Amino acid sequence: MDTIIDGGTHKVAYDPATRTARLAGVMRLNGMAEYAPIAGLLSQCLTKTDVLTVDVAGLEFLNSSGIAVLSKFVIEARNSGTALTIRGSKSIAWQGKSLANLQRLMPTLIMDMQ
Amino acid sequence: MNETIGAYSPAEEDMAGETLTLRFSPSSVPLQQRWRNNGLSADFMADYVTTFLPADGGDAMPEAQRDQIRGAVNFIANELLENAMKYSAEALSHPIYIRLQLENARVAFWETNTVTAEQAVAFRAFIDRLLGSDPDEMYVEQLEKSAEGGSAGLGFLTMINDYQAALGWQFEPAVDGAVTVTTHVAVTL
Repeated sequence: MDTIIDGGTHKVAYDPATRTARLAGVMRLNGMAEYAPIAGLLSQCLTKTDVLTVDVAGLEFLNSSGIAVLSKFVIEARNSGTALTIRGSKSIAWQGKSLANLQRLMPTLIMDMQ
Repeated sequence: MNETIGAYSPAEEDMAGETLTLRFSPSSVPLQQRWRNNGLSADFMADYVTTFLPADGGDAMPEAQRDQIRGAVNFIANELLENAMKYSAEALSHPIYIRLQLENARVAFWETNTVTAEQAVAFRAFIDRLLGSDPDEMYVEQLEKSAEGGSAGLGFLTMINDYQAALGWQFEPAVDGAVTVTTHVAVTL
């Protein structure tokens, strides 16, 4: 599985030096099937590190399928015992609405909103 | 004979506030191509709404609140269009409509598309479950099912959980046994 996905309007990459998976751009993919490569990349991160940051501060739009992918990933991280931080942006409207709920799926999740 | 469920109120021709209606004709263009249009339309509707928010002088709405409204319109319009594109019966030749109304800080949407009788039955059953469930719990249940391909309903659940949206639906018989469904979403921001 590649550690970089470039979808034109969106990009996903894992940086092992900072143990950060970065999602950026605009994501309006059609359902779980189209998000599978991104879901796969995130899952792979859990095998590479016990401490992971998922940085969505540059993710300007995420549809409900994408939020679902993130939610499932958070559950997977919780079950694997990985220490997870989600870094987001206070100036991106959807993040204020939808990221907080991820903490209900994983109480030890650290939210870093900048 | 029309049937309505949930918090449904019809779109009226002379309703107050600003309205915008987009209509998409039935198309033989593949879904992949039509999908691109969702984002363009949602972005446009979100930008369009912000032009009516007070921007000058003492009454000016704070930038942060304008961004919230823009973000919510973008998200909800995109979800409604995605549902319409995915669940419109392609063999039928019925258009898709999406209408937006802005009045003060309340935004309402009506999205209309036509489905087969079978799709309508399944959808109706899903709505009954939705209206009778705790939305947080149902979200996690649907997430678990989504691995098997059924991610239906996550959009509605996200609207309810994250945007405190009130949802309602109208079912109308259409010609050739099909059913025209209108989804109504109301959000106060």
